[in-house]
Amino acid sequence: MTIATPSPADAPPAPRTIYRHRVATRLWHWLNAITIFIMIGSGLTILNAHPHLYWGAYGANFDHPWLNTIHWPSYVTIPAHYNLAIARRWHLLFALVSGFSLLGYMIASLANRHFQRDLRVRLRELSAANLWHDLREHLAFRFHDPADPTAYNIFQKLSYVLVIFVLIPAMILTGLAMSPAMDAAWPWLLDLFGGRQSARSVHFIAAAGLTGFIVIHLVLVILAGPINEVRSMLSGRWRVPEDAA
Amino acid sequence: MSLISRRALVTGGAASAGLLLSGCDQVSQVPALRKILFSGEIMNKGLQRALSNRNALAPEFSTAEMSPRFRVNGTHNPNTPDYTAMVAENFAHWRLQVGGLVARPLSLSIAQLRGAPARTQITRHDCVEGWSAIGKWHGPKLSTVLKAAGIRDAARYVVFTCADLYGGAPYYESIDLIDAFHPQTILAWALNDHVLDVGHGAPVRLRVERQLGYKHAKYVMRIDAVDSLAKIGLGKGGYWEDHVDYDWYAGI
Repeated sequence: MTIATPSPADAPPAPRTIYRHRVATRLWHWLNAITIFIMIGSGLTILNAHPHLYWGAYGANFDHPWLNTIHWPSYVTIPAHYNLAIARRWHLLFALVSGFSLLGYMIASLANRHFQRDLRVRLRELSAANLWHDLREHLAFRFHDPADPTAYNIFQKLSYVLVIFVLIPAMILTGLAMSPAMDAAWPWLLDLFGGRQSARSVHFIAAAGLTGFIVIHLVLVILAGPINEVRSMLSGRWRVPEDAA
Repeated sequence: MSLISRRALVTGGAASAGLLLSGCDQVSQVPALRKILFSGEIMNKGLQRALSNRNALAPEFSTAEMSPRFRVNGTHNPNTPDYTAMVAENFAHWRLQVGGLVARPLSLSIAQLRGAPARTQITRHDCVEGWSAIGKWHGPKLSTVLKAAGIRDAARYVVFTCADLYGGAPYYESIDLIDAFHPQTILAWALNDHVLDVGHGAPVRLRVERQLGYKHAKYVMRIDAVDSLAKIGLGKGGYWEDHVDYDWYAGI
């Protein structure tokens, strides 16, 4: 990882390369790549212990589940061989990494104005015409506005906002709502989700949403040019695509 | 972007995901890394204790919110000759021994426990596996018993030894004094307005409402106040903690 330049304005005059991702963004990105991987793998082992989901405060074998999941195979679980105790060790340690790194990233991104500058959704961007235009551009594999290639398009903004401000916070809060000690400390957690088993169901749904995001994200990185995209997330330097020049 | 580099990246990504996945299994075998992995328990305990009032109560529910059927889990019946004999005589000669670091060791009959001032609480039982059941528990507070026995200042933990055997040794569990003196920590002898049955831990089980189910020892025979867990069992404070690496602190 190279040393970050102080601000995009100071980017060297190289015509096609710009400084796109700040160090806080890059650091959190790669921390997430590891953390989410561990959380999903260990989470699936924990789900294997009781692969039934319920709505409400209680839910056990004699109650009616709204979903019976599959038994998650060993090639997606951590550890590979069923071990609830070790899965919980992974999950509950990396839950702390996940929660506190989100907090750090949010503070840094407010301070460096990443949120205000790059993720702020403007009303006109949500117009049907713009959404339709952006969808057609995506289908044509054109991901950058030629007039402003560094700006995030509306689908990008909406998906990042969904992940950062809805899905990951939902994972953390529903995770806490499943803790009997936290339910005593913060009873509002249960009111927020309608009971512990509802929180457990929302935890699963939000995890499925995050998994869906990761799949789409990886596909789009590959379509947008993986070397350039991965390099920009390592060094911060991003080459402006030819078609956007 | 050439197709080859894309393919290389995808293959590389998949290979590193596979490596990471198998790497996770290696980590828990290396003592130093295992120590880091297991440090989450200490951090979660510290954070949760810091964020909670010491006496913060677990949520309590109304009778309408109870599980229609409270499932039995863990031991369904200890099935030892001693226990079966006690069941046959309705626990008439059963005694709960209270000892260890106490001024006045006690030997309590079931009649004495049932005669003691009791607390009734409709609470949610959360199994480590993920399911929950809501039931109505009734019995004296553990603090009442510990005070009657005159628990000593040197005591740091309370250990529960049970009638059910795991691998030939009695199931046991332990909690610290914060949970031992919590107002909802009771020695329950009734569930849902009925005397506790064998499946749910007759004649007495522990309720420690801010922790997961495996801490709620059933078939309690002995209660000992101790200053350290090191010399009990394999030293980790409970059967599951000793044998399969469950967290001793099960608040999450």
